[in-house]
Amino acid sequence: MAAVQETVERVRRIDVDQYRYGFETLIESDKAPKGLSEDTVRFISAKKNEPAWMLEWRLEAYRRWLTMTEPTWARVDYPKIDYQDIYYYAAPKPKKTLSSIDEIDPEILKTYEKLGIPLREVAILEGVEPPPGGEPSANRKIAVDAVFDSVSVATTFQKELKAAGVIFMPISEAIREHPELVRKYLGSVVPTSDNFFATLNSAVFSDGSFVYVPPGVRCPMELSTYFRINERNTGQFERTLIIADKGSYVSYLEGCTAPQRDENQLHAAVVELVALDDAEIKYSTVQNWYPGNSEGKGGIYNFVTKRGDCRGKHSKISWTQVETGSAITWKYPSCILRGDNSSGEFYSIAISNGFQQVDSGTKMLHLGKNTSSRIISKGIAAGKSQNTYRGLVSAHRKATGARNYTACDSLLIGDKCGAHTVPYVEAKNSSATFEHEATTSKISEDVLFYCIQRGLSQEEAVGLVVNGFVKDVLQQLPMEFAVEAQKLISISLEGSVG
Amino acid sequence: MSLLEVKDLKVRVEEREILHGLSLTVNPGEVHAIMGPNGSGKSTLSHVIAGKPGYEVTGGQILFRGEDLLEMEPNERAAKGVFLAFQYPVEIPGVTTWNFLHAALNAQRKARGEDEMSSPAFLKKVREVAKSLNVPQDMLKRGVNVGFSGGEKKRNEILQMALFEPAVCILDEMDSGLDIDALRIAADGVNALRSPERAMVVITHYQRLLNYIVPDYVHVMSKGRVVKSGGKELALELEESGYTQFEDAA
Ligand SMILES: Nc1ncnc2c1ncn2[C@@H]1O[C@H](COP(=O)(O)OP(=O)(O)OP(=O)(O)O)[C@@H](O)[C@H]1O
Ligand SMILES: [Mg+2]
Repeated sequence: MAAVQETVERVRRIDVDQYRYGFETLIESDKAPKGLSEDTVRFISAKKNEPAWMLEWRLEAYRRWLTMTEPTWARVDYPKIDYQDIYYYAAPKPKKTLSSIDEIDPEILKTYEKLGIPLREVAILEGVEPPPGGEPSANRKIAVDAVFDSVSVATTFQKELKAAGVIFMPISEAIREHPELVRKYLGSVVPTSDNFFATLNSAVFSDGSFVYVPPGVRCPMELSTYFRINERNTGQFERTLIIADKGSYVSYLEGCTAPQRDENQLHAAVVELVALDDAEIKYSTVQNWYPGNSEGKGGIYNFVTKRGDCRGKHSKISWTQVETGSAITWKYPSCILRGDNSSGEFYSIAISNGFQQVDSGTKMLHLGKNTSSRIISKGIAAGKSQNTYRGLVSAHRKATGARNYTACDSLLIGDKCGAHTVPYVEAKNSSATFEHEATTSKISEDVLFYCIQRGLSQEEAVGLVVNGFVKDVLQQLPMEFAVEAQKLISISLEGSVG
Repeated sequence: MSLLEVKDLKVRVEEREILHGLSLTVNPGEVHAIMGPNGSGKSTLSHVIAGKPGYEVTGGQILFRGEDLLEMEPNERAAKGVFLAFQYPVEIPGVTTWNFLHAALNAQRKARGEDEMSSPAFLKKVREVAKSLNVPQDMLKRGVNVGFSGGEKKRNEILQMALFEPAVCILDEMDSGLDIDALRIAADGVNALRSPERAMVVITHYQRLLNYIVPDYVHVMSKGRVVKSGGKELALELEESGYTQFEDAA
């Protein structure tokens, strides 16, 4: 209940047409020279004290990347990116070596505070109402890994996680401390040669999170990484690797923001998930990179490769995303359903307003027997934006009994925006059952008037109707994120009507 | 002072004049019935009073407690106590009825400078109101009007009216789609809200409803004007002779 009220409330308190995360933190930083070359790759690897095998891995990716061309099949349009005009590494200059969170640059701590991210180890006490049947959120803990430009600045609740056997640390540390795990799994889901942006990431990724949950362990708290781009002209290339060993469970949340800037900034992340037998990974994203101003100037180019491998039998991977930010979004979190009886899910809310362009969707690749997948996509286009759902569902010759259900709904607000649905289906096995439903509707004037006649303002009415439209997906998010997401949805649609 | 005063109202929709100088005065405590053939402009009048976009007022005025209603935003009118029970209530998928009602009630209270109502207090209140109108509790948990039968939708309108306690209630064909029992319950609900401060404008095609909600005045509308006004006996007369006698007058 309170959720709608909450949304309406919070929206009221926030200035219209303001990207509230658009501030900049003034700190000294340590940058690689501008541009990309083998030297840049060596510089990054050296900064991270990486072992030789890691540098080799990167260089191989870099050489590969030189032979590749930028993809053009997505329904997005942007000026050519000059890859030599970007800084590939920026780190806040540490005052000294840190031994505890209290020694982090207070400016950075303040930044995360402003963003509402608890870096101190406090339990979340916010009085959020539980969903019907859900646990109350009081005293729930969330461990946070905070990535500021190219480096991880803090990871909380390390001790408690360690006691449970869970490894949650910056990937740069994991490369040094758990080389056997990283070598085994890094690039095993998204190979270095996968696609232009993923290959670029493999060469220059600077940091990100690493998670390993040992067999039979249910991770005792939500894990979360919070990405913040601060530096000017800096690309962010984070790399996340999550491994859920046999019979384990982990829920991971990811949030992103960036300052308001006139130029476009590149973000090309790679996320790899591996679920072994009977393991389950739930991965949620609330993406709110700066979308550009009301004339379409500035904003983040978000070219992301996210893929999960249901490697073991009866494993499960579930992606939930709320995409409200970025000037351009190019993102298809996917599942490889390799293990027999494995299942994949994709729940998505993609909102575009102003001049934003979104091309997002998923791939469900059914390889194992009796694999199942479910896709629920809600696209909302307002302003002069373009919103495309692009999806592929395929069943391999051996994937007997593969099942998929896809529902894609689009909602248009105003008449200068566009929504598009591009579903591909390939069944090489006759026993596969694939269902697809799609709807496109305009927000109805009659519905808005009905709400307004009952006392709601135009914006409250739009927020309410849209939150109703995306409800099925919001319910998939962990509660704290659901509230945050509802708020974001209303904010990102402000000024979209009338 | 009159509660609601419509003076010589002229309204156009898409270049066509629908109301040609309509007047109506409603005082606190009164119940007015408006009858008239299909297309005579009854719903148009109710929409213009509520402030629905798409109507162009080309002449006349509407005063609410002496204030110019046409200058106010529709949600402002709602907060001041103008309520319209729609002839065709809409569905809002994914938004539970009680969520919607809570948000709306608090928006109104806030606009009036009153404290917002907490969830528990609201829940208590809405349950009481639902009970008094024989509205099943589980209807409150469902999406607003989603999958409701025609009668349930109408009952939901009356429920909202009882909850918001408005000053002027305009009921556009609340009797259409209601079975006899539902009609009686809904009418009882409306009657329970009758008070010396509150006024009702009841739009209907059928005299039957007026047996339950007995009006002080009956107006006959034809072709965008009020062509005859009288007491409750006028409705009976209409039932006998139909509207043809008024066609020429219009
Ligand atoms: N949006 C619109 N565009 C064009 N014409 C309209 C519109 N709205 C109403 N009208 C016309 O205005 C006239 C009055 O319509 P209105 O709905 O007010 O009648 P009514 O008296 O409520 O009829 P009923 O008894 O059938 O409900 C009709 O001729 C109708 O076609
Ligand atoms: Mg009508």
